[in-house]
Amino acid sequence: MQSLTAAAAAIELRGIDKSFGAVHAVRGVSLAIPRGSITGIVGENGAGKSTLMSILYGLYRADAGQILIDDRPVDMASPRDAIAHGIGMVHQHFMLVDTFTVLENLVLGAEGGPLLAGGFAAARAELTRLGQEYGLTVDPDARIADLSVGEQQRVEILKVLFRGARMLILDEPSAVLTPQETDRLFEILKSLRARGVTVVLITHKLREIMAVADRVIVMRQGAVVAERRTTETSTGELAELMVGRKIRLDLDKAPAVHGQTMLAARDLSLVDRRGVRLLNGVDLELRAGEIVGIAGVSGNGQTELLQVLSGIRPPTAGQLEVCGRVIDPAHPIDPAEMRALGLAHVPEDRLRQGLVAAFEASETSILGYQDQPPYCRNHLLDVPAVDKHCAELMRRFDVRPQTPGLRSSHFSGGNQQKLILAREMSRLPKVLLVGQPTRGVDIGAIEFIHRELVKSRDVGCAILVVSVELEEILSLADRILVMSGGRIIGEVAADQADERVLGRMMADA
Amino acid sequence: MEETLTFVTLTLAATLRVATPLVLCAMGGLFSEKSGIIDVGLEGKMLMAAFFAAATASLTGSAWAGVVAAIVAAEALALLHGFACITHRGNQVVSGIALNILAAGLTVVLGTAWFARGGQTPPLNDGERLKPIFFPVAGDNVLVYVALLSVPFTWWLIARTRFGLRLRAVGEMPLAVDAAGVSVAWLRYRAVLLCGLFSGLAGAYLSIAQNAGFSRDMTAGQGFIALAAIIFGKWRPFPAFGACLVFGLLDAVAIRLQGVKVPGIGEVPVQLIQALPYLLTLFLLAGFIGNAVAPKAAGVPYEKEH
Amino acid sequence: MSLVAPRSVRRPLPRWVEIAVLPLVNVALAFLVVGIIARTIGVDSFHALKLLLVGAFGSSESIGYTLYYATNFIFTGLAVAVAFHAGLFNIGGEGQAYIGGLGCGLAVLALDRYLPGPLVIVLAILAAAAFGAAWAAVPAWMQAWRGSHIVITTIMFNFVASALMVYLMVNVLIAPGSMTAQSRGFAESASLPSMQAVLKSIGIAVAPSALNLAFVLALLSSVAVWIFLWRTSWGYALRTMGHNAEAAIYAGTSIRRMTMLAMCLSGALAGGVAVNELLGVHHRIVLDFPAGYGFAGIAVALMGRSHPLGIVLAALLFGALQQGGAELSFEIPAMTREMVVVIQGLVILFCGALAHLPRPWLQALFGRRG
Repeated sequence: MQSLTAAAAAIELRGIDKSFGAVHAVRGVSLAIPRGSITGIVGENGAGKSTLMSILYGLYRADAGQILIDDRPVDMASPRDAIAHGIGMVHQHFMLVDTFTVLENLVLGAEGGPLLAGGFAAARAELTRLGQEYGLTVDPDARIADLSVGEQQRVEILKVLFRGARMLILDEPSAVLTPQETDRLFEILKSLRARGVTVVLITHKLREIMAVADRVIVMRQGAVVAERRTTETSTGELAELMVGRKIRLDLDKAPAVHGQTMLAARDLSLVDRRGVRLLNGVDLELRAGEIVGIAGVSGNGQTELLQVLSGIRPPTAGQLEVCGRVIDPAHPIDPAEMRALGLAHVPEDRLRQGLVAAFEASETSILGYQDQPPYCRNHLLDVPAVDKHCAELMRRFDVRPQTPGLRSSHFSGGNQQKLILAREMSRLPKVLLVGQPTRGVDIGAIEFIHRELVKSRDVGCAILVVSVELEEILSLADRILVMSGGRIIGEVAADQADERVLGRMMADA
Repeated sequence: MEETLTFVTLTLAATLRVATPLVLCAMGGLFSEKSGIIDVGLEGKMLMAAFFAAATASLTGSAWAGVVAAIVAAEALALLHGFACITHRGNQVVSGIALNILAAGLTVVLGTAWFARGGQTPPLNDGERLKPIFFPVAGDNVLVYVALLSVPFTWWLIARTRFGLRLRAVGEMPLAVDAAGVSVAWLRYRAVLLCGLFSGLAGAYLSIAQNAGFSRDMTAGQGFIALAAIIFGKWRPFPAFGACLVFGLLDAVAIRLQGVKVPGIGEVPVQLIQALPYLLTLFLLAGFIGNAVAPKAAGVPYEKEH
Repeated sequence: MSLVAPRSVRRPLPRWVEIAVLPLVNVALAFLVVGIIARTIGVDSFHALKLLLVGAFGSSESIGYTLYYATNFIFTGLAVAVAFHAGLFNIGGEGQAYIGGLGCGLAVLALDRYLPGPLVIVLAILAAAAFGAAWAAVPAWMQAWRGSHIVITTIMFNFVASALMVYLMVNVLIAPGSMTAQSRGFAESASLPSMQAVLKSIGIAVAPSALNLAFVLALLSSVAVWIFLWRTSWGYALRTMGHNAEAAIYAGTSIRRMTMLAMCLSGALAGGVAVNELLGVHHRIVLDFPAGYGFAGIAVALMGRSHPLGIVLAALLFGALQQGGAELSFEIPAMTREMVVVIQGLVILFCGALAHLPRPWLQALFGRRG
């Protein structure tokens, strides 16, 4: 692909290709990144952007292709090579040692000699200089565990600069930040650009790209599908390019017919062992026959809300009422009892919670219901009944391959999700909690899953959907609640909401 | 008065004698554990080293050859542990247990085949042993001093050097070390090799300094006591050293208290005193006395996605 | 704990290779090293193997001893396996068997003069299981409620059990007038019948050996463990926890309760060693009867891939090695019985810690391109 810019390329990739087993993650990607610019790489989850950058940083080796730094081909066998060539990476999950001080983390791998004393002194001086130059100030003697997430990210950036990087890759840097911290980060990135540093920003948040980047590269299914100047494009166009077609998530659905309240939370709070307030006085009501969507930047209490509502964690304060049963700190409940009340739960992270990778699909198809007839009587499992049940679920939800004896890990993400959804819906729950219904699921399965959720609603199920995908919330929900900082900060009726309205609410928090 | 003084002196000397292999072993184990490689195989390494020290000393007539052989034997097991746990990302506890059992069997098999004394090595004469340097009564051979010096050395290496910083980091978060362009595997191998060196010296001490020859299972759980000392010392050299001294003292006292009625308490069962290191560690682990936090990545093989 | 399957299998092997070939290659590697060691000490491996086989299976007496040893290995192998399936590593089989022996012995010593023999035997078996379970329950509690690492605590409990038993045997339970630290003998009616006696009663004559009804109990336990793990909802929940604790929590399983259940079952199974040794053979409480069977259980479980059938087969192999090895050491003095210990160590190494060593070779042979 012809590069848009005539300026000298700091980084150039030619024909990069990478597969993981059956997954072709990166398909012959060629691109050039001009020096002293901020370039965004956008794409959906699984589009290959993180893999591509990991190859550039020497974490993965490409199966084919070439990397050029300052027009010279280089071999990126390990991060050490990348660092030597002036590339630094700030990972989505910070590479910081929690028990170390800022200074210790800073010098790790660049100690400047076999003894620490000298290196520490030099690092202290350098830290002061970097702090002044870029406005990046952190207490060098603070322990990482005591710092806020934004401060930790600053340490990561300092680490990279300390190693003399001229090229900086940031992987989803705003995923864990508050809006204020994000603004602060963008100021830092701009001041880096002003001093000639090349910045590459991996994200799936289009708004941010438009706000900070000069250019944007769109990836889809492992390939680069477009390059644009941010001044010459729009979020709408980028979104279309990312998905590959006009987003048409508008479901044909009838207006909701509200029934009685099935789940009600009053002033629900959750405080963890360190005293961090994860949920802060959440009030919410879920009625039969409606889908309520919870929108918000991930990490604002959605995960914890699902945990409390499904009985995995007891609330610290407040009250929860599910199908007539009252649950509060004095009367806790476990997920099994919740199920018995008629609540089903499709967890956010299917691999970590929703299934057991080593189990056969048939075993996964009764997870959480292993004590229930007809799969089990007097604690004895009825294996033929379990197999029959699984085959039935697979048929109804079109799970492929339709082999109950196959290991759960051998199904694709979409098929795993359909199996879990089938399991949770098959017992006709009164309340259904769904976390990230379509994360890492292919387009075809997304439509199927959405339709099934609406069908369930239409027969009177009360459904709560938590998703970081605004389009998904917009197309599914009858009512939308916006969550931030562990509290519900607003409610919008679905027909009055659009991405701009929700985005503003989320940002204003 | 003089009698009491003698008793105290003798008890202290005995404590140091008993504690020496514990200290050496604990310092070795500390390196391994700090790097994130759990080592329940200290016992096996020490046993193997003790056997090869005595066997070599007996065959060559040189105590120093025995020390070298002990180190080589312990390093061989250490490398095997590293190969299984670092290169092949095997389960560290399983590997440690395997090496303990292997050493328990192999020392007797080889000992019987070579010396035909039911697993023992021939008794060593004075020339084949490490002898006391200053105080014959106290048994202050060179390894006692090595053990005493190993503590500040370990502390310095871990707290004050580049190697130590990386070692601590790799035990807490290997990903950060890898991302910094430093080899996780090579760091851990070096830690495991240091562990082999010290546990080798501990083994040599048992068979050619403290005793005059090898006898089957002569480590008798001391490797595990060293492990307990590491936990008790919360993975820090000086506190671990302190724990070794306490455990050594208990052992020295146990021998002297055998059959003696302590005024006001009566006869203290020797078995209770012997089990005290384990009981104390259990209380510590249960969180009744402070809190022992292991290096975060301990026991977790580092797997790089490729 | 990833003892059985690697965290990421990039090129999966066909299932039959995974189940049958890989473990066999692992065992073969272990025995290859054994052969090298035998050669080093000047023993002709094939000659030794022949003597070993004859020693283990050459007569009804030797088969009896092989099965008697296998009984212990089945119990401790099952004990380790049940914990493995729950993701727990129970290294405390040694101590649990020992304390199980205390329970078993106390039950008989207290009751054999008052109750009919068969009843005493049943109570003694239950006591062995209960005491073994109790000794495992403490580390389980420490892990579940206080977060103490079960590997370390079970190791420590082995030493504590040993000290406790020595104290009790020397000071409390020693038979009056005895010079060795052992209890008085159990009443004859309160001993587990020998297999010879049982078979004789149905008209089959075999040579006397240490084999007793505990062997049948071990086989029944194997079946029971299989049913429990794969055919009950408890076993389902236990395996879920072992593979994926978060999924177990999501499914409504209490990790604490399941940890207790798994460890108590494990300890109870380890107590089976006491039934075989004390109730079946020694007919009194003796010192050091667990003799390393608890640790050997790790080798048995790893070799048997934590499946009861595999464990029974592995236990037979180890039983044969133990019995054949004993015979072998009479013929070739250089081949001491400790060779069996060496083999146990190597099996744990190659079937456990180095289990994936042959994987690349097998992938080259059988691997399917993803």
